[in-house]
Amino acid sequence: MVRISDIITINHLSHTFGDKTVLQDINLSIGKGEFVTILGPSGCGKTTLMRLIAGFLKASEGKISIAGQDMTTTPPHLRPVNTVFQKYALFPHLNVFQNIAFGLNLKKLPKEEIQKKVKQVLKIVIMTDYEERDVDSLSGGQQQRVAIARAIINEPEVLLLDEPLAALDHKMRKDMQMEIKAMHKKLNITFVYITHDQEEALTLSDRIVVMSQGVIQQIGTPTEIYNEPKNSFVADFIGESNILNGVMIHDELVEFAGHRFDCVDKGFALNEPVEVVIRPEDIYIFEMSDAAHFSGQVTSSIFKGVHYEMMVTTPEGFEFMIQDYRSFEPGHTVGLRVKPFDIQVMKKERHCNTFKGTIIDKTHVRFLGTNFECSDTKNLANGTTVNVKVEFRNVNLQDNQEDGMLSGVVSFILYKGNHYHLTILTENNEHVFVDSNDVWDDADCVGISISPKNIQIEIL
Amino acid sequence: MQRKLISFLGRRRNWTIPYVLFLVFFVLVPMSLIVFYAFTNAEGSFTFANIQKFWIHPEAMNTFLYSVVVALITTLLCILIGYPAAYILSKMESRNAKLLVILFILPMWINFLIRTLATVALFDFFKIPLGEGALIFGMVYNFLPFMIYPIYNILQKTDQNLIEAAQDLGANPRQVFLKTVFPLSIPGITSGVIMVFMPVISTFAIAELLTINNIKLFGTTLQENIYNGTWNYGAALSLVMLLLIGITALLNGEGSSRAAEEGNLI
Repeated sequence: MVRISDIITINHLSHTFGDKTVLQDINLSIGKGEFVTILGPSGCGKTTLMRLIAGFLKASEGKISIAGQDMTTTPPHLRPVNTVFQKYALFPHLNVFQNIAFGLNLKKLPKEEIQKKVKQVLKIVIMTDYEERDVDSLSGGQQQRVAIARAIINEPEVLLLDEPLAALDHKMRKDMQMEIKAMHKKLNITFVYITHDQEEALTLSDRIVVMSQGVIQQIGTPTEIYNEPKNSFVADFIGESNILNGVMIHDELVEFAGHRFDCVDKGFALNEPVEVVIRPEDIYIFEMSDAAHFSGQVTSSIFKGVHYEMMVTTPEGFEFMIQDYRSFEPGHTVGLRVKPFDIQVMKKERHCNTFKGTIIDKTHVRFLGTNFECSDTKNLANGTTVNVKVEFRNVNLQDNQEDGMLSGVVSFILYKGNHYHLTILTENNEHVFVDSNDVWDDADCVGISISPKNIQIEIL
Repeated sequence: MQRKLISFLGRRRNWTIPYVLFLVFFVLVPMSLIVFYAFTNAEGSFTFANIQKFWIHPEAMNTFLYSVVVALITTLLCILIGYPAAYILSKMESRNAKLLVILFILPMWINFLIRTLATVALFDFFKIPLGEGALIFGMVYNFLPFMIYPIYNILQKTDQNLIEAAQDLGANPRQVFLKTVFPLSIPGITSGVIMVFMPVISTFAIAELLTINNIKLFGTTLQENIYNGTWNYGAALSLVMLLLIGITALLNGEGSSRAAEEGNLI
């Protein structure tokens, strides 16, 4: 995508609601005529970002420029941006024509011109002859079209679409996706599309901005995002993936699941711990033979329409998801092979939990807002500030919140072939990372405890 | 016997019987009696004389028109005072707004006769002469909450998305109000009008007390006729008033049904 000029530039944008930070240091530029999708799970801050661009919210920090002008504090009615709202937000007291003409009427355009333009956009959204209809009498898809028509008739520099297809059924959504894409080509204006649907994002966008927990995780074209995810969150969120812990033995050789594999990644330290991503369609599955890199036993096989989705467990105890158009019966021993090019190696974001802490006395240290018993405080004076390290494996989770030293909520779950990597959000909004073999659900309330011998104190 | 009773009570349909009886004896029968009396003379034979008397008799006609004018002025004042109040309340933080709404509605918990007597005492205390002005004041004072509440209710429920959509399409704050907030709140106004305009026409106590019987409203005329035993003429006048109320309701038909749907009628 050649960028003639940037239409939206966002610099160091942060936003807080009360003491909760929902957006953190967002930097993003969007080119004129580009189709950019902001993708992320609910609560990731994507809607807040959209509302900041539209002007419904005033940014706590940072700068937004639209069409070369600083618009950080400009009210919404003066921004060259129009929005298609998630729930359409059509005016119930106006008919289709009046809804679409709303913006032009405010601009006091001559009647004949408005009439002509409304006719034109109705043609674009394939709703000709619906002018006089009451908006309440339209179906969801038709209301959506009117909402789009109402926005594009104003010829904005930027069209914001806030999960516009979320309320439509699957088939309708597919059709509308194609129509939106065609509209983008025809209108030649910038589209900023907000969605939590990764498939939609991959289908529609020139570029995708993946967000999680108020932070941009990766910006890239759909193929970049899919083939070269920057971290395990992106890999997990976009499409299906097998994500495993591994070790980079040296350049172009990685070890995971108990085997060594050739790969194409370079620039890692010797024996650096890494994360490895393999897409389920990139693992070759066949009758056991010499061609196999490693073997496994099929535990389940589900027909998914185009392919079968099989779970295969290796003798070393790692589980892989594999997609293939042939099915192997559960119980069958199969040969597996991965091409070097299909192994995506990512730097590990973290190796161990690190917290800021304070020594309380000879046997106690305070971190995460709680006093923990600690076997070795290294005879430091009371009140000394230290780093506290706890291995992922050494954090214990309890079903009952009361059983733990503090409580938290499971906020992100990542399956790593033979264990789960969990992100726990504690009562005072800090993250604790846990490796566990137990199955937890998203939003489970848990108790957290750490045994005294597993708390390591590091002098600053 | 007991089993019969249980099976009788067991059928849900039978539970409606008390209400049906109520409707028959307190709505249908009285209404039929009004129609019957309106079209008969003292001897009980059919006649149009009562209705004719209303058209010909200038006094009744004048009182009627005067009442309509008073009701119109009252309603208009209630809208002019009530709408801004409701708008401000709807913009307030909900906890404070709820408290204030209760304060506005609080007087309604006191019988309106007592309230009106208190108003009279107040006017006397400040030596303000009773009369037309006092009458309008009393009416507005009594009926204002019935205007504020439905408008507040609908404004408070206004879809924030619609306001944002209007802003997004280029409407400045004044245009947002004129093009979306106000038109969307019309069902609330309709609701308020129904609850103010019609009762005002038939009120007589407020007029009697606040004008020391100097100004007669249509309600007073009705009451006098019934009181003096001219039932047939009184019934005819009642019928005229019922028709008027019916027409207002019909004119508001669409609006009021929408308002009722949204639960704005108290």
